Amino acid sequence: MSELAQLLANGLVTGSIIAIAAIGLTLVYGILGIVNFAHGEYLAFGAFIAFAVNVTLGWPIAGSIVFAMVATAMLGLGLEYGLWRPLRRRGAKVVALLLVSIGLALVLRHVIFLVWGATPRRFDVDVFQVYDLGGVIRLSLTQITAVSIAFAAILLVGLTLARTKLGKSMRAYSDNSALASVSGIDVDRITAYTWVLGAGLAGLGGVLLGLVQGSFNPNMGFTLLLPIFAAVILGGVGSAYGSLVGGVGLGLAMELSTWNALAGGVDPVYKPVVAFAILILALLVRPQGLFGKARYV
Amino acid sequence: MTAVAPPILETTGLKAGYFEVNILHDVSIAVPRGAIVSVIGPNGAGKSTLLKTIYGFLKPRDGRVVYRPDGAEHDITGLRPNRVTALGLSYIPQLDNVFPNMSIQENLEMGAFLLRTGVDERLERMFELFPLLRERRRAKAGGLSGGQRQMLAMARALMSGPDLLLLDEPSAGLAPNVVDEVFDKIREINAAGISMIIVEQNARRSLAMSDYGYVLDMGRNRFEGPGERLLHDEKVVDLYLGGRGRLAAAAPSGEDYEAAERPPPPAQRRFRL
Ligand SMILES: Nc1ncnc2c1ncn2[C@@H]1O[C@H](COP(=O)(O)OP(=O)(O)OP(=O)(O)O)[C@@H](O)[C@H]1O
Ligand SMILES: [Mg+2]
Repeated sequence: MSELAQLLANGLVTGSIIAIAAIGLTLVYGILGIVNFAHGEYLAFGAFIAFAVNVTLGWPIAGSIVFAMVATAMLGLGLEYGLWRPLRRRGAKVVALLLVSIGLALVLRHVIFLVWGATPRRFDVDVFQVYDLGGVIRLSLTQITAVSIAFAAILLVGLTLARTKLGKSMRAYSDNSALASVSGIDVDRITAYTWVLGAGLAGLGGVLLGLVQGSFNPNMGFTLLLPIFAAVILGGVGSAYGSLVGGVGLGLAMELSTWNALAGGVDPVYKPVVAFAILILALLVRPQGLFGKARYV
Repeated sequence: MTAVAPPILETTGLKAGYFEVNILHDVSIAVPRGAIVSVIGPNGAGKSTLLKTIYGFLKPRDGRVVYRPDGAEHDITGLRPNRVTALGLSYIPQLDNVFPNMSIQENLEMGAFLLRTGVDERLERMFELFPLLRERRRAKAGGLSGGQRQMLAMARALMSGPDLLLLDEPSAGLAPNVVDEVFDKIREINAAGISMIIVEQNARRSLAMSDYGYVLDMGRNRFEGPGERLLHDEKVVDLYLGGRGRLAAAAPSGEDYEAAERPPPPAQRRFRL
């Protein structure tokens, strides 16, 4: 019982981080047609920027998180204007953009390596303060904080997409871009907001990932990239809500798969394999993903 | 003779195309204020391309598009679609004319994206005009039948309160009784004072309710004239309306050409759109 509760809690932690990273990935694809393999590096970038201000400059972690989100949003915007937009203007399509994003991922990761090195880093937070929740779940204060922030972010993003004009126009644009512009939506503004939201959330996800892992290195984002992609596809490519549900669901499934009661559970090393097994099974049943467009002609 | 008001929309010598290929060669059309104008022609004639060029989805290689709402004149040549909409035009594409993953109500709200106030009132008016949409307001647009989707597309296009509406094949692929309904709505919308350009495969019906018509072929103007006259024009009938055999059945009889040529009747505003 207590093991199950613990796994559920861990699953929520991982899942909510995957979810907030996945939302950016799916929006950027839906709106700009970019399958961004560099998205994992946006997470790492966020974590290392937060590390720089938190550890090197000695800021408190809260301020560091905000700073990292802003910096990663800026990175997203800068790359949009300096890289993606010129490429699109020259007619680059999905496959070309995908290959560029793989190259960009390598460049970003190695820049992070050059600046901060390969040594595992830690934030300047108290990791020894552990809470016993009802005697069944043990979570560190940082884990509790991280999952609270992640859930608040998910809720906020969900509400923004569901209720606000900006959120609706983002969904509209990713649903049918031509019709969105007929409705009066300005492509350039939506594009900018998409990167601010998507990259900003990736930055946040990176810091949270660093917090719950305890230590992190420049490969951290790359390691999580595949589960993030799995969440996007599971939820239905381009569906913002889907990626939220897909992320949390996948995180839970990955953790629960290690449960002893399940024939001993799988070795934690194989958690990503579990993610893919679930993905493949789900796609066999529902090829368009949980929330995906049922294609019609 | 009273002075004739200038057309609400006019294209002159439009050339446009995709990549290296030119599709439109010097296409010129004019839409009288308050009129229904049909553009007909064989598959691939460039009808959809013409609408896309007017709306700024394609940059014309030559020629001009001028839009004249009440008391103003705008050169909208190559203007981006969102700016075109802001000036008072609206457009229903031939395919993909709804947001499939959004609810009916959200589809309509997106149509009113540029409005700062009065969205709820417009929504209410659209629900009156298309009662079915009210019933299913929370349903996703992707799950609607073809006819329902076309109604939603029309309602969405009207949400911005346009003066000129471009419709690309509104009756394509619909069951005959639904086609009737679509044409009824088109007349009703026009009666509220909205000018229209309609591209239709159902050329006879479209011409029969049009004030004016253009026949486009291979990206060029081939024929033009009042709707009734084109319906009776021997060459047009033979070349584009499938020969004389079916004429008697389709054309309303007993109306002479002079009568058909009169300017559009003053709009009877049963309601404001
Ligand atoms: N996106 C595109 N890229 C390249 N060529 C295109 C594109 N869209 C249309 N064409 C070509 O332009 C020509 C005119 O097409 P258009 O869609 O304007 O014809 P249409 O008169 O609307 O025909 P239909 O009655 O079939 O709708 C066709 O030869 C078509 O193949
Ligand atoms: Mg067409």
